[in-house]
Amino acid sequence: MPDFLLEIGTEEIPARMIDSARDELARRVGDLLRRERLIDTPTLQTYSTPRRLAVLAAGISPAQPDITEQVTGPSMKVAYKDGAPTPAAAAFARKLNVPVDSLEKITTPKGEYLGATVKKKGRPAAEILAESLPKEIAGIYWAKSMYWRGKSAERFVRPVRWLVSLLDGEVVPLEFAGIRAGHASEGHRILSSGPLPINRPSEYSSTLAKASVVVSSAEREQRIRKALDAATRTIPGARWREDKSLLDTVVNLTEYPSVVLGNFDPEFLALADEVLVTVMRDHQKYFALEDASGKLLPHFLAVLNTDGDPDGLIRHGNERVLRARFNDARFFWQTDQKIPLRQRVDMLKAVTFQKDLGSYFDKTMRVQKLGSLISEAIRNAGTPVRSGVVFKAALLAKTDLTTELVKEFTELQGIVGGLYAKVQQLDPILPAATAEAIGDAIYDQYKPESMDDSVPRSVEGAVLAIADKADSIAGMFALGLQPTGSKDPFALRRAANGIVKIIAEHKLPLPISKLFADARAEYVGSESARHFDPKVNFEESIANFMRERLKFYLRDLRGFPYDTVNSVLSKEDLTPALTDAENLDYGLDLQLIDPNLKREPERRLDPADWPPLAVDLAAAITSRSNTPQLKSAATSFRRTRNILQQALENNFAIGPFNYMLASAEEAGAVRVMDEAAAGFWALLERGEYGAAIDRMAALADPFEQYFNTVMVMHEHEPVRRNRLGFLALFYKQFRKIADFSEIVTENKSV
Amino acid sequence: MGSRQEILLSSSQNPLTFQQLVLRLQNFWADHGCVLQQPYDVEVGAGTMAPETFLRVLGPKPYRVGYVQPSRRPADGRYGENPNRLFKHLQFQVILKPPPVNVQELYLESLAAIGIDLRKHDIKFEEDNWESPTLGAWGIGWQVMLDGLEITQFTYFQQCGGIDLDPISVELTYGLERIGAFLQDVDSIYDITWVVGPDGRAVKYGEIRLQEELQFSVYNFERADVEKAWKHLGLYESECQALLDEYAAGTAKPKRAKEAIPTLSPKTGERMGHPAFEKSDNSGEERTANSEQRITDRRRFPVLAAFDLCLKCSHLFNILDARGAISVTERVGVIARIRALAVGVAKAYVDQQKAAEDSAPASEENGSAKVEQLSAAGS
Repeated sequence: MPDFLLEIGTEEIPARMIDSARDELARRVGDLLRRERLIDTPTLQTYSTPRRLAVLAAGISPAQPDITEQVTGPSMKVAYKDGAPTPAAAAFARKLNVPVDSLEKITTPKGEYLGATVKKKGRPAAEILAESLPKEIAGIYWAKSMYWRGKSAERFVRPVRWLVSLLDGEVVPLEFAGIRAGHASEGHRILSSGPLPINRPSEYSSTLAKASVVVSSAEREQRIRKALDAATRTIPGARWREDKSLLDTVVNLTEYPSVVLGNFDPEFLALADEVLVTVMRDHQKYFALEDASGKLLPHFLAVLNTDGDPDGLIRHGNERVLRARFNDARFFWQTDQKIPLRQRVDMLKAVTFQKDLGSYFDKTMRVQKLGSLISEAIRNAGTPVRSGVVFKAALLAKTDLTTELVKEFTELQGIVGGLYAKVQQLDPILPAATAEAIGDAIYDQYKPESMDDSVPRSVEGAVLAIADKADSIAGMFALGLQPTGSKDPFALRRAANGIVKIIAEHKLPLPISKLFADARAEYVGSESARHFDPKVNFEESIANFMRERLKFYLRDLRGFPYDTVNSVLSKEDLTPALTDAENLDYGLDLQLIDPNLKREPERRLDPADWPPLAVDLAAAITSRSNTPQLKSAATSFRRTRNILQQALENNFAIGPFNYMLASAEEAGAVRVMDEAAAGFWALLERGEYGAAIDRMAALADPFEQYFNTVMVMHEHEPVRRNRLGFLALFYKQFRKIADFSEIVTENKSV
Repeated sequence: MGSRQEILLSSSQNPLTFQQLVLRLQNFWADHGCVLQQPYDVEVGAGTMAPETFLRVLGPKPYRVGYVQPSRRPADGRYGENPNRLFKHLQFQVILKPPPVNVQELYLESLAAIGIDLRKHDIKFEEDNWESPTLGAWGIGWQVMLDGLEITQFTYFQQCGGIDLDPISVELTYGLERIGAFLQDVDSIYDITWVVGPDGRAVKYGEIRLQEELQFSVYNFERADVEKAWKHLGLYESECQALLDEYAAGTAKPKRAKEAIPTLSPKTGERMGHPAFEKSDNSGEERTANSEQRITDRRRFPVLAAFDLCLKCSHLFNILDARGAISVTERVGVIARIRALAVGVAKAYVDQQKAAEDSAPASEENGSAKVEQLSAAGS
């Protein structure tokens, strides 16, 4: 059984794209081998460096197995006349290239047909691979690809320069991008020279290793880790700052990694850590060193794509670059202090936010007002917030965009503003703690930058971050620039995910619909509003968009089961159609109903609008996943819902319920149920949704009894109406938790 | 001051002077068949904007060129106070159209040619795609990192002036000051030795350029007359646009003198007519412009001059920007206007090249036709 090797040799592939492309290539090759019956379960080895993607499939068939198949021809009636073959039979035999007398009779459900057993010769693996692989190579997805041989030629991430394609020792003669595959690979750009013949697939990795290329990225990672450790050990008490994404990057920037330790002037440690680390990590791809307490040390580690630095030239060069960068940063920091943030607000008029949404000054004004509205809303709902801090932080939040430091290190936006706010005296009368809080809110305004990132530390920071993001989303949606499919050029989904996460994790009593209504209102009458797309149904598109983001948050980030999330966020709700049943005099003090609610119709809070509520509900349901309780609760729910739905479909009047109208035996069943439901409302009120679900479950038996006793769909209208009214009371309470009909209750076989 | 260090430096390591660096690059690329051009004499923000790149990458003709391009970025000026930043820096620009398959190896050889022993250094090609919205241009490529220092931008041009390129060109942009400082191991650009004078004294970059950096920073940030700069911008723009309009009108249909539509200058309201088409019609006796005549007209139409006007606009925009004189609304608008000019020039240029090709005698070698035309225009 021969081994198969494919190596695509390229100019340097962007580091961020290598891993996924390598995996995709392997998947494509594996699928092809299976599809073409060259192997059942391929054993694939995958390799990648900046200059190559490779896959090795061990022990594939040299050719497809021959297959025997039965081919169905004309019906027997057509094929034979008076026991002799007709021209139709002869034609069928000719087509298959078999003698007529080898044809057989096949019995099918549709009747008898003429048939033949033919043997199909399997094709050689090399032929199939040579034919199909170019298509697979061309099909690899790239976030960005290019032409290099002109517009009529292929696109790929970077120019392809060689191809190795071997079936054991033989070349599989495929061609891509004008290049014919052969034995010849290439070693390290500098440490090796000339073409590097690969004799057999199994020798791939060892041959490349001799030419200073470590083809396994996992192995390169191990080498880099070891080298980082070794270099760090030369500094007593030091450790390198773990940074997985930086590590992934340098793994994919090197073919033969080594590490040098460099130093910088300890004077630079006076600069903010954030600045130092950004320069080292983002700009120079260096690892930072710290002491046991996490304090930065004046050293760095650079990962090289060569075998070492015996003369110290490389270390010297890297130190020189870092010194220049740090000098710049220090220079910018000092220059920036000449104009304090509070004097930079007006300068924002010259910085574009978005071409139709005005400048950052305009945005600042809107966000300041929106921030105030949010503060007010959450304070009224019981969450303490220092509105003054929000107000001042919102005013200064974007001013760092005018600073030299942020112009140079854009990824430090917000952070620089926060740091400057703390070192500058914002206002002589401000207490130090307030200035600190303002700085923190500014510092955190872009959080969370990804779903793994944390939310702003303070409520004020949370409010600012929400206001900033909501303003962007509202403006873009009003312009008709909402994300579509894979297109989200303004990263609005990320912003929306951020809002959901902040509201959920700070447990802010802030309905999403109100947030966006307020955000949208800030644009009314502005210059921007003239560019708004009148066709946009703002409320609806925002609601749908945010519902999806919340679903994503609950499912992908919090890990709640699919059906639970659907049940919590389900749009299906009979409650609005049951408003007729609003009744405050049931002829009995129903324990199911909050006695304090007299005279005020009950409202169900929509969890899609209240992320913390959605989280609590989903958590309660999830904690009871696959329990008999949840199953019983779902049963109780379905019963009420199905009957009410039927009633609505038949246009039956529902309620109001009056106990006095109940028949004697009905009244008994009603009392049993009401007792079982006692305090249900209080559980909801206190947010004890789990206990409320258990109470629902406990109602399953009384329901059973009730339905056995009472005929709800009574032919007599007033009776039916009264009974439906009673069920509606239960339904509305249940629906406050979730649409349990979405819960999958069947026992899944494992 | 520092003379001992210079002697040490030159005797022990003997790095290239700044001008040797330029000469070595020029020689290297000349040996690889590049036309050695001189810096373009209109202010540009990057070597890409010089016509030798912006226009030459358009159309089908193969071309190789190398040149030093002083690149002016008014907003980057630092009054000569920052050791790493300049208002005007020097790029060595190479265009390889189409790129040879060993283009990366060639590039690495050019580093060896300037005395960099790659065996002793760390070189990486890191993803960095280039884009210039103002020029309607973008490309895919890398920043080339040498011991952590970005020394070159390496780009496969994909689009220029809004036109898909075919063939593709590779653009190499060497940052000369950075490389010079690296080779000479100095921390400030101003300490780079430009040349060793007849007395053995090192003539520094600062001696030659510092005053310029200071004075242009003062001009760009403090003194440039905003109102006049706007006016200049408007004038250059309207003249460029008028030329482009006229070219477009001339290629759209058979030309008669009357159809030279005067264009209304948006800023001044002045009517500007351009006689280029009319002239040829008037001088030739025949009124019925046959197709051959039209092709001749197209070839002599000053598209290249229109491009100069477009470059002037871009530079004035940069000055206004440095001066902080461009508001948000204006900014977007002005960039779009300049882009429209650049795209218009690119379109006209491609059309004109086609006309030249159509009219060229069959025997004439494709690649040389354009060069001749240009040198004739220059003499």
